[in-house]
Amino acid sequence: MTQRIESSGYLLSSVLSPEQELIDIRISNGVIAEIASAGSLTPGASVTIESAGMQLLPGLVDLHTHLREPGREDAETIRTGSAAAALGGFTAVHAMANTDPVADTAGVVEQVVRLGREAGYCDVYAVGAVTQGLEGLALAELGAMAHSMAQVRVFSDDGKCVSDSLVMRRALEYVKQFDGVIAQHAQDPRLTEMAQMNEGIISAKLGLTGWPAVAEEAIIARDVLLAEHVGARLHICHVSTSGSVEIIRWAKARGINVTAEVTPHHLLLTDSLAETYNPIYKVNPPLRTNEDVLALRTALADGTIDIVATDHAPHPRESKECEWSEAANGMLGLENALSVIQESMIENGLSNWKTIAERMSYAPARIGRVDASSGHGQIIKVGVPANVILIDTKIRRKVSEMKSASKSSNNPYIDRTLPGQVLYTFLRGEMIVANGELVRPL
Amino acid sequence: MSDVVTPVLKRHLLSIDDLTREQAILILDTADELARISDAPIKKLPTLRGRTVVNLFYEDSTRTRISFEAAAKRLSADVINFSAKGSSVSKGESLKDTALTLQAMGADAVILRHSASGAAHRLAEWTKGSVINAGDGTHEHPTQALLDAFTIRKHLNKNPEQNGGVGADLTGVNVAIVGDILHSRVARSNVLLLSRLGAKVTLVAPPTLLPVGVSDWPVSISYDFNNAIGECDVVMMLRLQLERMKSAFFPSAREYSRLFGLDMERLAKGKKSPLILHPGPINRGLEISAECADSADSLILEQVTNGVSIRMAVLYLLLGGADA
Ligand SMILES: [Zn+2]
Repeated sequence: MTQRIESSGYLLSSVLSPEQELIDIRISNGVIAEIASAGSLTPGASVTIESAGMQLLPGLVDLHTHLREPGREDAETIRTGSAAAALGGFTAVHAMANTDPVADTAGVVEQVVRLGREAGYCDVYAVGAVTQGLEGLALAELGAMAHSMAQVRVFSDDGKCVSDSLVMRRALEYVKQFDGVIAQHAQDPRLTEMAQMNEGIISAKLGLTGWPAVAEEAIIARDVLLAEHVGARLHICHVSTSGSVEIIRWAKARGINVTAEVTPHHLLLTDSLAETYNPIYKVNPPLRTNEDVLALRTALADGTIDIVATDHAPHPRESKECEWSEAANGMLGLENALSVIQESMIENGLSNWKTIAERMSYAPARIGRVDASSGHGQIIKVGVPANVILIDTKIRRKVSEMKSASKSSNNPYIDRTLPGQVLYTFLRGEMIVANGELVRPL
Repeated sequence: MSDVVTPVLKRHLLSIDDLTREQAILILDTADELARISDAPIKKLPTLRGRTVVNLFYEDSTRTRISFEAAAKRLSADVINFSAKGSSVSKGESLKDTALTLQAMGADAVILRHSASGAAHRLAEWTKGSVINAGDGTHEHPTQALLDAFTIRKHLNKNPEQNGGVGADLTGVNVAIVGDILHSRVARSNVLLLSRLGAKVTLVAPPTLLPVGVSDWPVSISYDFNNAIGECDVVMMLRLQLERMKSAFFPSAREYSRLFGLDMERLAKGKKSPLILHPGPINRGLEISAECADSADSLILEQVTNGVSIRMAVLYLLLGGADA
């Protein structure tokens, strides 16, 4: 009996805990079986992972992922997208609702979750649409999705803003009954008609229609006030401007129940990249100025922004090999997210791995009300499901040379060298990624 | 001449930013020389014999296309006109596929007019030949700016011993560019070029038709045309697209004309009887009155003539030396 358990287990020796203590950790029977100071655990029947000095983190949780299935399986499938997630160190992702058909019924969200389970690379949670067909007019069947097998708690019309004030108010109120949250894609539609990039010095030069910061900030300001008025929970997707940070900081100080996310790309890239006219850098909300980037980093470090979310948005090649204004918005995010965070938050001393564990695992799981039995977003301790990852933080790698599982290649970091690589991902004790490669290839 | 100038220009002309002050002056000087030759009875030069120049026009602009075509033919190039109007990328062949096709056909230069800003930059990544931007969306129209600068230089140096201004820049010249700056590729290229050549540029427009990022441009801004015209040597009027009215950029055509149009009364406020430029086609009675357009100070038709010389110079300098 004992032998069977141990032979299915792994010993991670001399790894750095999120708090930077050198520890040994044994994974067995799907859970964390033992934790002890470095060098004190013997392998026994466990497989020893060559892991000395690697960074241990809880499995990452992404609250904002576009897996494109159903509808755009040419760009990504739940299978390929969740495999990409595992390579990036994610053990759970939330699949956005802007699929075709839209995830606005129990049937679609259940299908998404089921396909995620069949693939088995990470847990796939479904985000439900706020309004039918993402049209912003009538509420989708929020209750039916919440009470379905998919147990939806996060609702978003992402890609589109719930711009009608009354619809937004009702949605915020309605999801209180099952402790749901509205994740708002904050974008005033009239202020961003035909918008192509951040409105500022670069857009003026390039002759590309501007996407002004105020179009995001005005919606956030309205929505935090609505959330306060109805006592509801609000989440702001992909915050991109320094002004938005100020509004969220103010709202939190006022006690408003708002959380916010920032994407890796908004923490590293700026609108000057549009000068190439290469739409690999076209994304919504757009890349902003360096001043915005610095404000977002500070906000993530101090907790004004609660989480990192990837907004992984795969697109087929032809959607990017064209004129800027014809190109689709969006960039890949899952596989390089942690490296971008290391580059933009750790290497410069702004943050540390303990805080990143909070921002990329504990907090997103909390906001998504992810069930504790899944093991996501939990502090690594004996008895919890073993959702953990190991990162080699010492290496720097050319992104172009790293393995990718995504069906798409719209990777804005492709010409860069980034620090760190996720070498192992465990999902409830099962080794999904080993040595930076999928254990079960696609 | 070719061995002197061959290495000077970049392979493409996508933006005025591709040119240094010296390169810009070289283009103007070359245009001047080519214009003299064009005035001679034999109008054709053998320089680009055997070279293929493609006019790839996604937007209808007969005047620009004909200007490039005439320029290429006077240099003895083979010209292929490829009108892709209406074949937007959403339907039909993509710009990339068209680029690869043109390359397979052996195009030495592609002259691109396109409704998308940056289209010429994209094309340049996909083709081995030279790309000349003949207007991309609301971004730039470099040869228009070059012909404008050429026209201005020639007229402010009329004195025979000044030789049409050959070798000179535009230091000390006051130019007002008036109208829809926000959506104007002509304005963007002119701001870069005229300021690079030493001119003092004032943009005159309602605030709605100036880009938010204009603060970074090497220009002065005025909302008051009457005031701005006072010290001008040159007034450059931009074509107004009436559909802008729908997006609340200005209340009515009449109000626009009253505040930002050029008529004889306003022209009289100019202390230096300014030269009048307009890239065409003009909306008579909207941004410019018929009297002004036809007045002695109007260089609108001369701009057309000079356009051919400038485009000859650009083709000559980009392609002329490669097999010489
Ligand atoms: Zn979004």
